[in-house]
Amino acid sequence: MSEFKQTFNSSLGKKLIMALTGLFLCTFLIVHLGGNLLLFKHDQGFAFNSYANFLTHFPPIEVIAYILYISIIVHAVYALVLTLKNRSARPVGYAVQPKSDASWSSKNMGLLGSILLLFIVIHMSDFWFSYKYDNVLKFKEYRTDLATNVTTVGEYVPQVADFERSISTENNVEIVRVKDIHARVQESFSKLWYVAFYVIAIAAVAFHLLHGFQSAFRTLGWVHRKYQPIVYFFGTWFFGVIIPIGFALMPIYYFYLSLNK
Amino acid sequence: MSTGNMNLTLKVWRQKNSQTAGKFVTYKAEGISEDMSFLEMLDVVNESLTKKNDEPIYFDHDCREGICGSCSLYINGHPHGPKKAITTCQLHMRTFSDGETITIEPWRSAAFPVIKDLGTDRSAFDRIQQAGGFISVNTGGAQDANAILIPKVVADEAFNSATCIGCGACVAACKNASAMLFVSAKITQLGLLPQGQPERYSRVQAMVAQMDEEGFGNCTNTGACEAECPKEITLTNIARMNNDFFSAKLFREEHAHDHTGGE
Repeated sequence: MSEFKQTFNSSLGKKLIMALTGLFLCTFLIVHLGGNLLLFKHDQGFAFNSYANFLTHFPPIEVIAYILYISIIVHAVYALVLTLKNRSARPVGYAVQPKSDASWSSKNMGLLGSILLLFIVIHMSDFWFSYKYDNVLKFKEYRTDLATNVTTVGEYVPQVADFERSISTENNVEIVRVKDIHARVQESFSKLWYVAFYVIAIAAVAFHLLHGFQSAFRTLGWVHRKYQPIVYFFGTWFFGVIIPIGFALMPIYYFYLSLNK
Repeated sequence: MSTGNMNLTLKVWRQKNSQTAGKFVTYKAEGISEDMSFLEMLDVVNESLTKKNDEPIYFDHDCREGICGSCSLYINGHPHGPKKAITTCQLHMRTFSDGETITIEPWRSAAFPVIKDLGTDRSAFDRIQQAGGFISVNTGGAQDANAILIPKVVADEAFNSATCIGCGACVAACKNASAMLFVSAKITQLGLLPQGQPERYSRVQAMVAQMDEEGFGNCTNTGACEAECPKEITLTNIARMNNDFFSAKLFREEHAHDHTGGE
């Protein structure tokens, strides 16, 4: 076996892959939350739909997206490989379960990760797959009067079968025609069970990252008495609290809006 | 002083040898003094078993003062019992209350097969040590202690790691039966000091390779090992080991077999 293969087949090598993919997925969450904050804009989905359109049509983002999908798969597969190895390291279990001091999330990363994987599959098939491959989404047309900066919105029925989007200016009016993923958000989050599922999955993210973020730093060997408190603080408050609350507010807010329709 | 005032029920793992299946057997431990150590309590039980012509319970023990790392009982869900920073031999019966049921199990790890009853074969640790847990020096007259200056924080950290007695409680406590706390303590103890530098990057590769070979699990940084370690070896050592390992594998020239004394 080559030295390189040996490195990544070793226990520490596999853990390195878990840590690197995990941290990459953490950075993705920041971008994902940042972009999705556009959902809170009261513009009938203009900003959000434009943003979704940009994400799916900008080549560098496409490349990063595929790195992201690979990271999710690698993180999950390596988690499974490591878990099986860990199970086989203790073929006969204890009669009295270990009572050692260890956080609940640190002991349940596999369970939390499994919830997240299920969530990612459902989430991506409902939004990402619908957007890219399913022709069920309708189109919206946003007309912005460039003189007054007032936007009006209407339905748009494409004239050609493979219509994707269009931006044009006529008589000082900017016309943007894009897929209406915002309507899918509204429709999805008007269902209570769907909102509940999202909130549970987001709670799983919180607990997964509460342990995962700082654990990744430990695995990489980046532990230092001077900056470790910063890692803990960031992992706990930013990834464990602020990011999950930000994500959870979206389904809850849209459910609230649907009640007042 | 109170003596002979405790009656306990023991659920003890009995297993003839590594080939046979084991099971729990219940024993009464009567007239136990709260001043006895846990091992002395087992001595009393064994004496009565011997008198009845029963096979005494096998358990590992040697120094009985917390420094040899022989004793290794998993008591009521804790390696070395419920008290912090002590070994089983330093655990006293006053920790338990009269009438209590105590469950005693051996370390559970594929790499530590049960030899008999509560005794396990921990020679996997010896083989990891032999793979690189040493420094190769030509011995001779000791040089002046002040000739090599070592900052106090570094010396303290190295010494703290050197207090590891290799008992295996970290493996027993870990949900993944990982040996990384032990291995990282040995690596740190040598890697932090000037004498350990020449072999630092071959050592970490050799010891990690041997650790993997022995079939231990993988660390998930739960911290259970650190919580149960009788010598309070810290989790930071594992991060240091990871750092040295990745440096060695990705940025250094040394191979695992460049370790001069290992051959």
